[in-house]
Amino acid sequence: MANTYTLIASSTVGAGGASNIEFTSIPSTYTDLKLVTSLRMSSSGQWYTLKFNNSTSTYSDRYLLGSGSSAASGIDGGQPALAGSAEDSTYTANTFANSENYIPNYTSSNYKSYSGDGVQENNATASYMAFWANLWSTTSAITSIKIEAQGGVNFVQYSTAYLYGISNS
Amino acid sequence: MPTKLIINCETGEQTEVELTAEEIAQREADAKAYEAELKAKEAEAAAKAEAKAELLAKLGITAEEAALLLS
Repeated sequence: MANTYTLIASSTVGAGGASNIEFTSIPSTYTDLKLVTSLRMSSSGQWYTLKFNNSTSTYSDRYLLGSGSSAASGIDGGQPALAGSAEDSTYTANTFANSENYIPNYTSSNYKSYSGDGVQENNATASYMAFWANLWSTTSAITSIKIEAQGGVNFVQYSTAYLYGISNS
Repeated sequence: MPTKLIINCETGEQTEVELTAEEIAQREADAKAYEAELKAKEAEAAAKAEAKAELLAKLGITAEEAALLLS
């Protein structure tokens, strides 16, 4: 059986926290990328963004979310756009939000569509889960991915990110 | 000093790098913008709730009765 699902790299945040996590020099040898995260923030907030090749333009998005008491849909419109969940610092201690992002055809010269799903964990009514359908309207191959918490806050110790390469053969 | 994590996928090396003054300034701007956005959303929600309450009072019905009318 072909080895089509390969861990490219992983990261665990240390004691001092980190303002962002960036995977650089991503090899172009795979068909798709998959990012798996477990994140908690140092301040109140819900989401993270994905920045490709350090670009701050041409991102668009649609989302569906549930807050624990209501549902909503819409457009974030941020540059870069929201793409996944990070745990709010006020939620149950030592819990982390889980998310996945799928980035197909990341070396293609077409625009890059990517998707995300994320959930938070909280021993209370408020706890967000969401889906994202995003587009980065750029023809360059993706060579780096930066994960940043919304609102300029840190990721706390033991937050993790895993980047996998998926091959179609 | 705030730091960022950089993982080189070719070498597997993970380095912790201090943010530059420019990056710190950007983060502070992002935090302020996010706070302003949250406040704007809260104000919008409060204004909507107030308008709803005023309308219900004007009609002389409760929120439950209004929901029943719309069902």
